[in-house]
Amino acid sequence: MSDTTKSMPAAAGASDMVARIKRYGVWIAAAAVLLVLPYIFPSGAAITTMCLMGIMIIFALSYNMLLGQSGMLSFGHAVYYGLAAFVTAHTINWAVKNGVPIPLPLIPVVGGLTGLFFGILFGSVSTRRGGTAFAMISLGLAELVYSSSLILRSFFGGEEGISADRTKLLRFFGYNFGPQIQVYYLIAAWCLLCVILMYAITRTPLGRMCNAVRENPERVEFVGYNPQFVRFIAFSLAGLFAGVAGSLAAINIELAQASFVGAAQSGAVLLAAYIGGVAFFVGPILGAVLVTLLSVKLSDFSEIWVFYFGVLFVTMILFAPYGLSGLLMMHAQFWSGPFGRRIARIGRLFGAYLIAAIPALIMLAGGILLIEMIHHVAQKGAEGANMHFLRRPYLTVNTYAALPWVGATIALIGGFFAFRFTWPTVAKAWNDALADTQRSQS
Amino acid sequence: MAELIIISTLNGVLYGLLLFLMASGLTLIFSMMGVLNFAHASFYMLGAFLGYQISQWAGFIPALILAPLLAGGIGALVERFGLRTVHKHGHVAELLFTFGLAFIIEEVIQIIWGKLSVDYRVPSWLDFPAFTIYATNYPAYKTFMLLFSIAIFIGLILLLTRTRAGLIIQASLTHPNMVGMLGHNVPRVFMMVFGLGTALAAIAGVIAGAAFVTQSNMAALLGPILFVVVVVGGLGSLWGAFVASLLIGLLQTFAIASDWSLYKFFGDYFTPTRGTILHDVWTVTIAQIGPILPYLLLVLVLILRPTGLFGTRET
Amino acid sequence: MKWQMPKKLLGLAAVGLVAGAGYLALPQKTEAQGATIKIAYVDPLSGPMAGIGDTGLKNFQFILEEINAKGGANGKKLEIVPFDNKLNAQETIVQVQKAIDQGIRIITQGNGTAFAIAISEFVTKYNERNPGKEVIYLNYAAVDPILTNEKCSYWHFRWDANTDIKMEAITNFMKGRTNVKKVYLINQDYAFGHGVRDAALKMLKAKRPDIEVVGNELHPIAKVTDFAPYIAKIKASGADSVITGNWGSDFALLVKAAADAGLQVDWYTFYAGGTGGPTAMKQANLPNRVFAIGEGFANLPHKEAQEFEKALRAKYGVSLFYPRGVNQMRMLAAAINQAKSDDPKKIAAALHGMKFEVFHGGEGYMRADDHQFFQPMYLASFGPIKADQPFDEEKTGWGWSIAGKIELKDTVTPTTCKMNKPS
Repeated sequence: MSDTTKSMPAAAGASDMVARIKRYGVWIAAAAVLLVLPYIFPSGAAITTMCLMGIMIIFALSYNMLLGQSGMLSFGHAVYYGLAAFVTAHTINWAVKNGVPIPLPLIPVVGGLTGLFFGILFGSVSTRRGGTAFAMISLGLAELVYSSSLILRSFFGGEEGISADRTKLLRFFGYNFGPQIQVYYLIAAWCLLCVILMYAITRTPLGRMCNAVRENPERVEFVGYNPQFVRFIAFSLAGLFAGVAGSLAAINIELAQASFVGAAQSGAVLLAAYIGGVAFFVGPILGAVLVTLLSVKLSDFSEIWVFYFGVLFVTMILFAPYGLSGLLMMHAQFWSGPFGRRIARIGRLFGAYLIAAIPALIMLAGGILLIEMIHHVAQKGAEGANMHFLRRPYLTVNTYAALPWVGATIALIGGFFAFRFTWPTVAKAWNDALADTQRSQS
Repeated sequence: MAELIIISTLNGVLYGLLLFLMASGLTLIFSMMGVLNFAHASFYMLGAFLGYQISQWAGFIPALILAPLLAGGIGALVERFGLRTVHKHGHVAELLFTFGLAFIIEEVIQIIWGKLSVDYRVPSWLDFPAFTIYATNYPAYKTFMLLFSIAIFIGLILLLTRTRAGLIIQASLTHPNMVGMLGHNVPRVFMMVFGLGTALAAIAGVIAGAAFVTQSNMAALLGPILFVVVVVGGLGSLWGAFVASLLIGLLQTFAIASDWSLYKFFGDYFTPTRGTILHDVWTVTIAQIGPILPYLLLVLVLILRPTGLFGTRET
Repeated sequence: MKWQMPKKLLGLAAVGLVAGAGYLALPQKTEAQGATIKIAYVDPLSGPMAGIGDTGLKNFQFILEEINAKGGANGKKLEIVPFDNKLNAQETIVQVQKAIDQGIRIITQGNGTAFAIAISEFVTKYNERNPGKEVIYLNYAAVDPILTNEKCSYWHFRWDANTDIKMEAITNFMKGRTNVKKVYLINQDYAFGHGVRDAALKMLKAKRPDIEVVGNELHPIAKVTDFAPYIAKIKASGADSVITGNWGSDFALLVKAAADAGLQVDWYTFYAGGTGGPTAMKQANLPNRVFAIGEGFANLPHKEAQEFEKALRAKYGVSLFYPRGVNQMRMLAAAINQAKSDDPKKIAAALHGMKFEVFHGGEGYMRADDHQFFQPMYLASFGPIKADQPFDEEKTGWGWSIAGKIELKDTVTPTTCKMNKPS
């Protein structure tokens, strides 16, 4: 695994100013993108979804401080997220009740401190060991906290959770954060801040030691560091950022609920980080965006969306273990040499992809149609023969007729063989691009 | 009181033996490949549904034989074409692969059998009270489950210690390279063990599905408990898994049977005000916290004795 | 793999973010409320509770078909649009938001008080912050009294009788049964189960102080695979009756375990009729010993209702789980007709205090104080169907017969709601 933290090529010879613009340019660009996004996608659901994405980005990056950077596989990261959400809700209610003048934008600090506190508390117990033991302790702790949410009702609010009204706090420059768009900017600002901080951490000596602990704890010990302590620090910091994410989540829906500390939430962040790719800093960002989008959108198309989600996940593990960012990175190497040559090179490669994509899509469509038809016949018999494929009335399929079944099977099998047929073309295009890159560099 | 203790012991032992049927397969797989198979409980569920389907067509006995064979075959295929591929990416990838597989199996079961419970019943020739203790009936089917699980346990021990195949498996656990050099196909041994492990889980599914409810959430209910059993018992130790299964079975059953709470003992001296966390802690009964006791045990064991009760190596 | 410039990747990430979010913009064409009035059905359609959500959806589809066949409401047709809340509070809010974005301003939901409260609070805040775009929430099954008491809202309307009302009805029935002497309470360990327990304790004490409560059990919800240990406890306590609010597999498993152990008691339940319940009761062979409370049952001798039930079963293969759903949708149509508008604000004003002839006959009303619907209730027992009873459940050959009717006036419970009526 290579990682994000290799030092950037020193801007030798360039002036200070240029180096500075280069260094901060990407963050300024990110800030600009975050600023204009709501104007490009102004619908309420889009803004709600982007809020969830922002929260998930922080959460997934904090998770990757454990898995990607320090090699700790946790099944209970939602504990810090969820507990911070509850403390946030309680804090808002307390501040409103007692008239304490705290503006809403500062509330995530409380969440972060909560996450840090529990990170230190549970981290001191669980980070003494790495590997599977750590994974199992995290699982056990998560189950303990989740189960206690049903017992400690005064804190967790039982089934209905703790609700809070974010608008009743001290106004912040006249904003009361009632409209979702104001909350979006709040989340975006915190998201950017946390991303920058977490990126900075990867570049400190601590970040380096985390990588070393991941790769070989014994050798870390030989050079005089204590791997347990490094793990502990990384774990506490991950708790801090998970806390910020949880706090924002509580602000976003004005509610903290037991499911926030549950296994599903811990699983979701694991999926997001892994699908995005844990080997690169940006991986979890991509993963968070994709997973949020899929979980909001897929259910519009199919009732069995979890199945497709699971298949996607397993496919990624089997064929793209470095995730989306790994796939991107494989292509980043072609981005060198003269500009025209870069474009031509990548254009040719993507041309080959396009050729392969057509049969692949046919195969996929055939497979999905088959699965949907089986599901319809097995589970929706009462609704009759007709099925709305992908929940679209204009894609009505008669599941009693032979044609759709035969057609789908042919598409699946034929598509597969046609797809296989294109593999050599893709492989050749890849090798050509690689050779071309090397030529242009030499 | 004696009645409650006897019945609770019987129930606890039965639950423990069911846990053991699943945990034995899991611990074999774990110790051999170092993979915590997250999908193990899913094979238990698959066994229950296959058992239901086959018993609809051919009766209970064929189901008891065929369903585990089928599930074991599927397990072997998963090892051959899935796990072996991800093996090169390390343990985390393997673990996550089984994590994703659990999702898929659950969804496939929902696609085929639906989301509601299926009507999987105890066969009529076992549907009568076997004996009565203090006016409580103990059903014949549960007696059957009890004896059957014990028989499997003894069979497994004999297989591993008395047969050539068992000796090869044991050797592969500790010295895979040596076994490979002696001319045995170690990957195939792995595949067989994975198949055997999943088949054992499926057996548990076939017999438990009929007694309880066969529904697509049954894997999620039992999955985490299995890890507790395996880790508490000690990795790779069949005896450890056996003792831990019984321990957890009895622990949960007896916890349910008790109404103790701090309030009950100290309520006369001190009662916290309602609506505070202390009040919640004060009034909760052992029966209510029964389900979390195994996890408490897990965390404590991992911290205090990472080898587990009977294990010889750390997790 | 070669690693060159992290910044470039961040740029790529931004592109991915934009592309991803761009996809969001696509299917969100806001449809003006045209020829149909859409109602968002926000309930679990995937995951462990999907079966229940699915059955409810079928119920509502059929109910609306019937209303549309009679001309719809205010000349428009009604349509139910499913949204999957995945049994998650955050998702619930996202899906409601999605529905609102599509121009839907009537929400219905029923499974899970937690999600009901989340929707009720969201809708209330949304209406406060978006005057002129009000949304109403019609609750058909979330029964925590809190929704029409401490957390009541003008925009929330509930057609299901809440826990207190149902327990009031059950205990009024038990009051007359002299064979009840020792009662055991077993409930799921969450808000609803606690509500059942507390109401039972309070009302039994008031109505039949001679009854001894010999056990009071809370068990983890949807986590118990074998209820035998609990049954052993019930047996040891010498109870003759059990009151339980258990639903779903927690009920089915409980009854199965009771039958295995040969426990012979009367069962007073809230949701014995739920999916899987009838099959379990038949398997357990407990004829006429399980009672359930509800606003109506299939075998009630009411001609129109029976025809409706027959048509639903013929078309969708499910029983009418939600007679209250019929009341809800018919009242919605009536309110739209009365307001001559499908503006939710006007609908709410029409529903506020509305009187209505309920599905199984008799008058009911939507109490203006808290928006809780009151109607006559029935207690039914489950056993082999008799000659004059047309319907069995889950093909078991057993069905519900009415054991007692609780008149409207005996179901009314007080409320603490202080409703904020919008100006």
